[in-house]
Amino acid sequence: MRSVIDILDLSVAELDGLIATACDIIAHPDDYSERCRRKKLATLFFEPSTRTRLSFEAAMLELGGSVIGFSSANSSSAAKGESVADTAKVISCYADIIAMRHPKEGAALVAAQNASIPVINAGDGGHCHPTQTLADLLTIYREKGRFDGLTVGLCGDLKFGRTVHSLINAMTRYSNVRFVLISPEELRLPGYVKHDALEKTGTAYQETTGLEEAMPALDILYMTRIQQERFADMDEYLRLKDSYVLTPEKLLTAKKDLCILHPLPRVNEISVKVDDDPRACYFKQVLNGKYMRMALILKLLEEAKV
Amino acid sequence: MNIDAISNGIVIDHIPAGVGMKLYELLQLDALDCSVAIIKNAHSRKDGKKDIIKIDGDIPLNLELIGYFAPNAKINFIKNGNLMEKRAVGLPKLLTNVIKCKNPRCITTVEQELDQVFRLTDPENGVYRCIYCETKAN
Repeated sequence: MRSVIDILDLSVAELDGLIATACDIIAHPDDYSERCRRKKLATLFFEPSTRTRLSFEAAMLELGGSVIGFSSANSSSAAKGESVADTAKVISCYADIIAMRHPKEGAALVAAQNASIPVINAGDGGHCHPTQTLADLLTIYREKGRFDGLTVGLCGDLKFGRTVHSLINAMTRYSNVRFVLISPEELRLPGYVKHDALEKTGTAYQETTGLEEAMPALDILYMTRIQQERFADMDEYLRLKDSYVLTPEKLLTAKKDLCILHPLPRVNEISVKVDDDPRACYFKQVLNGKYMRMALILKLLEEAKV
Repeated sequence: MNIDAISNGIVIDHIPAGVGMKLYELLQLDALDCSVAIIKNAHSRKDGKKDIIKIDGDIPLNLELIGYFAPNAKINFIKNGNLMEKRAVGLPKLLTNVIKCKNPRCITTVEQELDQVFRLTDPENGVYRCIYCETKAN
């Protein structure tokens, strides 16, 4: 049974196919409103994530399907000690597809190994969150019309930010993409990501601590939150949390067609004054996430029929 | 030093010096009834010195485990005093229940009935990563 645990589970051709489907859904929503009739999506959220869960639920409802599930481990059999493997086997008897969020890394893979229906990883701890990357890719495609030849600035927490690692993995598969890695020294991109994703693929990149100096060259600026939950040392978090705050002043040297992204939620790394700038695309990104989840649910349910 | 030749059994040769005892323990050779010899620091033309394990019996071996700890080892299968097969081990592509994931955030830390599985992700540098969380094995 085909599942999507990591963005690299999807080939470039499949990514292009999902983007094409999402664009078609946007253009002809009525054509898709009954496509998942009598199908059920199970949203198994072992930790709360309102936005991702509602995005999956909205996606299934707009396809004419229905939704069952739970939104925290306390309201599931996990509270009674049931394993992820058993939960996946049981839910396979009730639903047609699973979207699962779990605080432990690798939990979605365990579910996929045991379910008899497709599993979509809706985030497994700090490991993978492939549908966020799908949202990022559709936003870039709709704003830029291409992936090739873009200069992508990644700013903030590049050490723990799983969305950053996934986006790098996805975009290095396109031609002439260049990355500018903007972070404090302490939150630099881990060596294994640089080695495996960038150096092995011959992708150009540069590391810097200065957002302003990097700004003029960027086509995409991907801002990330410095995540308090990743720090054991609160003093270090407090010292780093305001490292980068994007303001209208800092955008003065940016390209007119820059595309500003953020996986959300934001704390203060993008000033609300930037929200009205036409280059701010992070709320469009949320909407695009729903369309890509619709496209992915359709694809996996189609493949499950075969 | 003389050790009797084996008529039916297995010789694990070219084990890195110092690893023989570890393999003896991990392969649980102490549980066998047959004769087992560990030769430490034997002369090796290639590496200077090596360890050798001789098992006087035909037993199933965990080749993944041997390959991980002694990738250059050669396993000689002896029958009726003749060398029947000489097998190079090499780094296995998958390691199941040989090493444990140390990442406290990995699903294997809370669901302990799961197999501990590592995949060889960088054969050049012998890097293994947990299939669940992708943490590098130490």
